[in-house]
Amino acid sequence: MSMEKGLIVRLIENGTVIDHIPPGKGIIIAEMLNLFNQDSVVIIGQNLESTKYGRKDIIKVENRFLKSEEYNKIALIAPNATVNIIENYEIKEKKKVTIPNVIEDVALCINANCISNREPIPSKLYLINRNPLKLVCHYCGYECNEKNIRLKA
Amino acid sequence: MICRWVFIAEGRLKGRDLVSIKDLTREDFEQIFHIAEKMKKEGYSKNLKDKIIGLLFYEPSTRTRLSFDAAARLLGAETIWFAGVEGTSVMKGETLKDTIETVANYVDLIVLRHPCDGAARWAADVTTNRMKRGHKKVPVINAGDGKNEHPTQTILDLFTIKERKGRIDGLCIAIIGDLKYGRTVHSLIYALSLYDCDIILVAPEALQIPEHIEEFMKRKNMRYEKRSKLEEIISIADILYVTRIQKERFPDENEYNKVKGIFRLNKELLSKAKSDACIMHPLPRVDEISTDVDSDYRACYFEQAANGIPIRAAIMSLILGMI
Ligand SMILES: [Zn+2]
Repeated sequence: MSMEKGLIVRLIENGTVIDHIPPGKGIIIAEMLNLFNQDSVVIIGQNLESTKYGRKDIIKVENRFLKSEEYNKIALIAPNATVNIIENYEIKEKKKVTIPNVIEDVALCINANCISNREPIPSKLYLINRNPLKLVCHYCGYECNEKNIRLKA
Repeated sequence: MICRWVFIAEGRLKGRDLVSIKDLTREDFEQIFHIAEKMKKEGYSKNLKDKIIGLLFYEPSTRTRLSFDAAARLLGAETIWFAGVEGTSVMKGETLKDTIETVANYVDLIVLRHPCDGAARWAADVTTNRMKRGHKKVPVINAGDGKNEHPTQTILDLFTIKERKGRIDGLCIAIIGDLKYGRTVHSLIYALSLYDCDIILVAPEALQIPEHIEEFMKRKNMRYEKRSKLEEIISIADILYVTRIQKERFPDENEYNKVKGIFRLNKELLSKAKSDACIMHPLPRVDEISTDVDSDYRACYFEQAANGIPIRAAIMSLILGMI
């Protein structure tokens, strides 16, 4: 375990550490998870050295635990992220995020004329390729990728 | 052998929605063709007596609505319908879901035309969820959803080819005109991926097929080439599928004027075509095919339009399981 990682993990008493985020995506994930509008302490490490991926971002948030749909959301932006659940300064659980085969109500169809963007209905996309990311809309068949993906606010 | 196969295959479409051409197999097509051919030859029986079919047309589309309506009546069904949303509950802000939930109580089958892409899939999901709550499934037929699909048009196109040429495999099919925006073109390409044909895509650069369709063709190992001049391919194509270049698709008039009228199939050009070629068009046409072609025996676009009735009658009968 490298110095910086150990340091950041140990800084938390209870909460969540999201690790192995591609550089530059940490802030996007923090915003997506709405971490800034809460009372919790949030620390975002940017461009940290990573043995596996060269550079990475890391997010630490205190007293906040993720819901299952949030794991899916993270996976769409950071497919290799790991989530550490911390209790009493200890890693209680370590989870890898995975993009599910059916993504419901997390990402939006990019087709403005799609019925899912015109009426109040849950979006539904299918994973057709993991790397590079490619999703297809259940309703209109439009495809989107990691560059133009739209996540539900 | 063939008869036995058809007998076994009966019921393939029963209770199913017809939303996308991609949901269908070659066997599904063959079965629809078989029933349509039979209906054309032997006439229509009142096999849909006591059935009510809802024609929900959020866009007027007179031609498609009339052909569904006529087909339903030939089979003895009653139809209830609206065409255009003026004066309906949709104008009061009712969602598509609520309209479908309501109409599903009145009808055995819904035929939906809607301006949004994916509307038919959503409507089909709504009636499936309704079935899960203990109601009977009301199948949905997509009669055009936005720029997305119009599967019954494609099925009647294939049927017309099959009728004229006796086969679809092995043909050289030229698709001409607006390949970028034309949804009939996209659906036709999806359907042809199930057959072994050579496809020539004839369009000016600005109107060539979208990237995702070309990707699909590559994925399916379809044989195709792109051309920009009708003259270059007229003598080799078995099918000349001509489409209209729609003015309303263009952001400005100048762009439209550049491509307008660049493909005009007239008698003179037709003299270079194969003696057994078929000229097709989903109609309405503007000036892509001049009227002097109409009387040529190779013109089959009116025949194609007429096939809308037996094809839609066959599809409705199969879906309702009344064959
Ligand atoms: Zn969509």
